[in-house]
Amino acid sequence: MAMDPARKRRLRLTVALTAALVLAGGLVYTSFSAGSPARNPSELLKSAQAGQSYKVVGIVVKDSVKHDGDALLFKVRDRDGTAETAIPIRYTGSVPDPFREGREVRVNVSRASGETTFVGEKDSLITKCPSKFIAEDGSKPAGTY
Amino acid sequence: MPILGRAALIIALAVCAYGIFAAIYGAVTGRRAFIESARRSVYALAIATTVAFVVLELAFLRSDFSFAVVSGHSSTTTPWYYKASAMWSSQEGSLLLWVWLLSIWSSLVIFLTRNRLRDVVPWATAVLLGYGAFFAALLVFKVSPFETLSPAPTEGAGLNPLLRHPAMMIHPPMLYSGYTLFAVPFAFAIGALITKRVDAEWIRSTRRFALGAWLLLGIGILLGARWSYNELGWGGYWAWDAVENASLMPWLTGTAFIHSIMIQEKRGMLKVWNVSLVLATGILCVLGTFLVRSGILDSIHAFGASTLGVPFVTLIAGMSLGSIALVVWRRGILRSEHKLDSLLSREAIFLLNNLVLVALCFVVFWGTFFPLISEAITGEETAVGPPWFSRYTVPLALLLVLLSGIGPLIAWRRATPRNLRKTFAFPAGCGLVALVAMLFIPGVPQKPLAMIMFALGAFVIGTIAQELWRGTSARRAMTGEAAPLAVVSLVRRNRRRYGGYFVHLGIVFMFVGVAASSAFQHAEDRRLQVGQSTTVNGYDVKYVRSTATFQSDPSKTGAMLTLGAVLDVSKDGKHIATLTPGRGYYSSSNANDGLFEQLINGEPTSEVALKTGPMRDFWTAVAPDFTKLQPLVDAIDKGLGQNENMTQDGLLRGYVAGLTAFTEAYKQSPPPAMFRIISSPMVMWIWIGALIAIGGGLIALWPAPDAARRRATANLKARVAQDLSRA
Amino acid sequence: MVDVLAPLAIFVLMLAVVYVVTGPLRRGAMSQTEAREESDRQNLEAARDAKYREIRDAELDKETGKLSEADWRVLDRELRGEAVEILRRLDELDGR
Repeated sequence: MAMDPARKRRLRLTVALTAALVLAGGLVYTSFSAGSPARNPSELLKSAQAGQSYKVVGIVVKDSVKHDGDALLFKVRDRDGTAETAIPIRYTGSVPDPFREGREVRVNVSRASGETTFVGEKDSLITKCPSKFIAEDGSKPAGTY
Repeated sequence: MPILGRAALIIALAVCAYGIFAAIYGAVTGRRAFIESARRSVYALAIATTVAFVVLELAFLRSDFSFAVVSGHSSTTTPWYYKASAMWSSQEGSLLLWVWLLSIWSSLVIFLTRNRLRDVVPWATAVLLGYGAFFAALLVFKVSPFETLSPAPTEGAGLNPLLRHPAMMIHPPMLYSGYTLFAVPFAFAIGALITKRVDAEWIRSTRRFALGAWLLLGIGILLGARWSYNELGWGGYWAWDAVENASLMPWLTGTAFIHSIMIQEKRGMLKVWNVSLVLATGILCVLGTFLVRSGILDSIHAFGASTLGVPFVTLIAGMSLGSIALVVWRRGILRSEHKLDSLLSREAIFLLNNLVLVALCFVVFWGTFFPLISEAITGEETAVGPPWFSRYTVPLALLLVLLSGIGPLIAWRRATPRNLRKTFAFPAGCGLVALVAMLFIPGVPQKPLAMIMFALGAFVIGTIAQELWRGTSARRAMTGEAAPLAVVSLVRRNRRRYGGYFVHLGIVFMFVGVAASSAFQHAEDRRLQVGQSTTVNGYDVKYVRSTATFQSDPSKTGAMLTLGAVLDVSKDGKHIATLTPGRGYYSSSNANDGLFEQLINGEPTSEVALKTGPMRDFWTAVAPDFTKLQPLVDAIDKGLGQNENMTQDGLLRGYVAGLTAFTEAYKQSPPPAMFRIISSPMVMWIWIGALIAIGGGLIALWPAPDAARRRATANLKARVAQDLSRA
Repeated sequence: MVDVLAPLAIFVLMLAVVYVVTGPLRRGAMSQTEAREESDRQNLEAARDAKYREIRDAELDKETGKLSEADWRVLDRELRGEAVEILRRLDELDGR
């Protein structure tokens, strides 16, 4: 059952395209389900679903950093929010060098049902480098201190 | 002096504008005088940007704080070599570096093609000058490096201590060299498409630049990874961070291009692939440059939101749309001259290679931009993390390694099936033996992907070893040379092939190292008191005592205060190493804090203590916790602030006294500290592999000495002439 | 001192740039047809060199056992034929 070369090539192309589409589709699909939605701390305080992983970006609240055994406890508030709408986080894993109170951080957290403290995903804590470049309005960027 | 710099940039912009006009006018009307003038504009651009570059560098080296950029990123206490590199730690300085490097590479290519590609060069010149104009305009109108402060401050903010490392000095210039060098093949592709000269000469001229850019970009990426591992307190070399990914994407498409171009050279196939790859690489390079400074994606590298978002997006959109339009417009000349003869050919493997690399690039692109994509589609910004990236890149990486082993074993055009079986025997055997052997190593079968990577690694090593062996034997049969000499001359006479093999060898070492060090890594974060021990992966780590040192000479480099620990590492009672991780503290300039508080609450950097070896790395970092000592800090600051009439000398003495007291307290009664301890196997293979790959790249790049080339050409010409006379 | 140096340096730079850039305009350059012929020739030379490289590669493939003697002979003849064609076109160009 010999196929002429042109038909063989078209078949190859079809197979390749189908495979590519299937893989791309799988990729796209899993990225939506595997991702962590971005939230502000105040939003999480109000409406965090139990067990769902979120990416929270905010400022570390002053005087909120403590150690508990191997874990790190701290609170994160909105960029222009107050400590009242901050969320408590219990985190284990690598802590970046620039981490400190008053710095902007990004960490993946989730909360079990019935709990008040969010658990930080291991090694997901990232601290923004204090900005070297000037912000939009020419002023020093807010939130570094 | 700032006025000279500013003027130089305005002149640069003017020269670019003129050059673009002259190049296009000359190309369209055929008036070559204008084309030559446009070429000269590239040299003039290099002169102008060099002047600006030198003015800014001198300002840094002289600590001229009347330059706003210098006072923002350097200080009198910064060592001179870091002063020099502080220039590109700023937005303005880094853009100036970019356009200066662009002008240098452009001048080089314009010089090297002074007698070649006469159709294509005018358009390529216009594109390169277009880049130059864009960046020069940014520097003139938006972010000038020559803003002045008056009165000039007496001291600067200093260089971010994280950047005070040799790798960090070269990392940006290397990356930017890669990015700007890729602009050359991009520009020549545009020119070739416009003039319908996507042909052998285009390939010949583009290849070297693409390979050079690929090499430099690769080195830049590796330097970043090594710095991250050795200097940062998290102990990793790759985080799938947005900015890291931004530099990886053009490198992936660049890799595809340098392979795929070989097929066009030999068979006139994959022309659409090749122009698309080289155009995409150029665009991705600009995208990478943009991502770092845009702030649109969360990244540990992001230099914050800046005002350059709109211009860059416009440029990238323009480049993308223009490229697509060009390829569609010229699709006539991009038709393949031949079709794939057989799936059992190196061409087929290279095509598959293209697909895998593009797939990898797509995965990285999707994951990197997913926060923006998901926000656009669902209204909610969602991010994916390293586990998602690994899930897709690992299988693709395995496929890549497999292909790099198969490729060398198959002939061009059409392999002989029987020979194929004989050629595959030894390498496949290596792979199988490795696989079986590993089934017996405890812990390995539990990580099937890593195990497959090791087996494939053995397969590729077998392939390369066989190629070297057979090539050397063939050479010895011909010339009777001794074995070592034969290997050398084999490689010298087939630089592209064997240089490429060495690159593959290096890449395989790297992938094996990455697989081992990620799959079998043990990382723990532990809080230890002095005298306490913990166990990580069978190693007992004891916190023996705390260390605290300071240095009071402000003109010296290094951290003013260093707190650390002495760790005793042993296994089964046998002493393995004594490690001394530490943390260096640099003063902030936060006026709200007291002087001493500024130091404690300033910029800490980790001093990683690492015991490295071919089979295992033992990595430690410490984060001291001195909240207990806060009362002491407050007392010191109170003392320092008390006497308003204190002289500078008195202040310094008080400061030193404070440092002494603090370090004594830390040594005598240290609070518990957080330790990060990581035991990972075969990390060193990554760096060794990198060196081998770079060496291979250099071999492939190296031009054959003229005499040898002429001899080879003459020999072949003689043989072919026989056919000519017969025909 | 700096006050005089900067404007002087700017003037010198402008002079240098204008001199470099206008050089060709003052001198004149080769014609368009000459340029195109030269490009065609260079392209053929590049194609010829690439073909020679292919011939050597095919031989190395045979030496390292990827091609049988018979298959190599066929391929070598094919490649040399293609090389001859390129050489012929080069000769035509020279004859022009």
